[in-house]
Amino acid sequence: MVHRALLAALAILGASTISLAQQPELSVTEIAPGLFVHHGVTELMTRQNDGAIANVGFIIGDNAVAVVDTGGSVREGRQLLAAIRARTAKPIRYVINTHGHPDHVFGNAAFSNDGITFVGHRNLPRALATHGPFYIDAFRRTMGDELIDEVRLVPPTLLVDGSLKLDLGSRSLALRAWPAAHSDNDLTVLDEKTGTLFAGDLVFLDHTPVLDGNLHGWLSAIGELSAVPALRVVPGHGPVSGWPAGLADERRYLETLASDIRALIGRGEQIRAAADTAAATERSHWQLFDDFNARNATAAFSEIEWE
Amino acid sequence: MFGLHFRLLCVAGVLSGITGATLVQAAGPDAYDPWPLLAQDIFENRPMNDGAGVIAIEMPYRAEDAAIVPVTLRTLLPLDDSRRVLRITLVIDQNPAPMAAKFELGPEARVSEISTRVRVNNYTDVHAVAELSDGKLYMTKTYVKASGGCSAPAAKNADEAKNRLGQMRYRQFAKPGQGPVSGFREAQIMIGHPNNSGLQMDQVTQLYIPAFFVNELRLWQDDSLVLAVEGGISISEDPNIRFTYVSNGAKRFRAEAKDTEGHLFQHEWKIDDSGI
Repeated sequence: MVHRALLAALAILGASTISLAQQPELSVTEIAPGLFVHHGVTELMTRQNDGAIANVGFIIGDNAVAVVDTGGSVREGRQLLAAIRARTAKPIRYVINTHGHPDHVFGNAAFSNDGITFVGHRNLPRALATHGPFYIDAFRRTMGDELIDEVRLVPPTLLVDGSLKLDLGSRSLALRAWPAAHSDNDLTVLDEKTGTLFAGDLVFLDHTPVLDGNLHGWLSAIGELSAVPALRVVPGHGPVSGWPAGLADERRYLETLASDIRALIGRGEQIRAAADTAAATERSHWQLFDDFNARNATAAFSEIEWE
Repeated sequence: MFGLHFRLLCVAGVLSGITGATLVQAAGPDAYDPWPLLAQDIFENRPMNDGAGVIAIEMPYRAEDAAIVPVTLRTLLPLDDSRRVLRITLVIDQNPAPMAAKFELGPEARVSEISTRVRVNNYTDVHAVAELSDGKLYMTKTYVKASGGCSAPAAKNADEAKNRLGQMRYRQFAKPGQGPVSGFREAQIMIGHPNNSGLQMDQVTQLYIPAFFVNELRLWQDDSLVLAVEGGISISEDPNIRFTYVSNGAKRFRAEAKDTEGHLFQHEWKIDDSGI
């Protein structure tokens, strides 16, 4: 009996040692000196893709590393950590979450240790508290128990209200918290050294934009974002692009959505008609259109009705 | 009576939120059918008749946005039927507070269609139960798949939700062909209110944020009741009700809403007769 228990314990120990040693690295590209990005696949989060659908990345300064978003599962987070460790031994000082959606924060637990400060919009703790448990339930269906059981909602302890600079050693990151737009807790990160803007989901390319905040606020934010002195953008989803050219598709989609919905409301149509018809002309420009457009139209309708 | 049922269900929801809503939902949408117990609790085990030809419910098969799922209730009784619909109860079986709303139809208003928006937390049956003047209950149901993605049945923009508190809007819609009877009207009432579920924990205090929602709404044309609604946390933020009725020639439309903190919101509008 003792013998069997010991064997079992050894087996578990062995398995966990192997899994740590063989932790695969997330594939990353150095898009600017010392700045690495993993390009998420343009899909919904599933068991098969480990939830790795968002762009995540890290920035290496002279003294420390900052991580921008941790991915859609703790497994992805661990693989991101392995990718960092393969490139630098410098300490990870900050994990910055661009907002509270699951594909950006479900990997946080992979970085939970004493030396790391989690950074987010001042509204992010509230968003995680009010939305997080629903995300965990909802994604259990598509991602399964194995990936979801280890997810922990790790709220930020360093909150950004307005703007904040972080120093990684001869490398300054300018963080900016935005009024409600894509969500009500959007944060952008500008690496001033290379002119690279991590826009989080304030910027979508290819992947249909997702409205979970305020459409009017998002269009206003796009106006202000275009003035950010960056050379390139890492969008929350889609390819790294020139700046501010990378905003054009999203702006056109959101403006079309808003004007279609205004017309529907003006004609006295019901909210369901909006889900069926608004922004239909945009269909061919985007992936996952049927997964998100009707939802955007529903949310936009209930906002624009109050104008 | 409704209030008591609602509170009981609401407390049950809060408890499951504390002890493991995740576990309950992880068991899968088909593992447990709450309807028999809900029917017992809400309708006191009264017999349910088939609602075909009496009451219809329409919802999208998939909830696109978990916080805003449109629902339309329609009465199907022919104009010459001697019975009338007294009230319609809307039950979202798998929600933390399943009793979403109870609509009492004004005795002379001939309301035939009611649309509103609800929160849907999970894959769920949604029941509509009509009580007719013959004293019998008639039930129909539909099934809704919860939304996927980063959609949650909670506020998208929590600050804005508070800013609109108590604002009321009334809108009357032109209806081509004037509907089945003369004086047919279609109107909409919107109330700015967070309609907060109270099922979320405050990160700082570790206490549950108290529920804060519109629990009563009454609508009149002059002094004749058109519709009275008892609602709960399953009704979406900024409660929005669109309905048909038959005008009694009134010149004013009045609305009165109460919430769980005792606020009273009142408004009245002149009815626009021009071409509507």
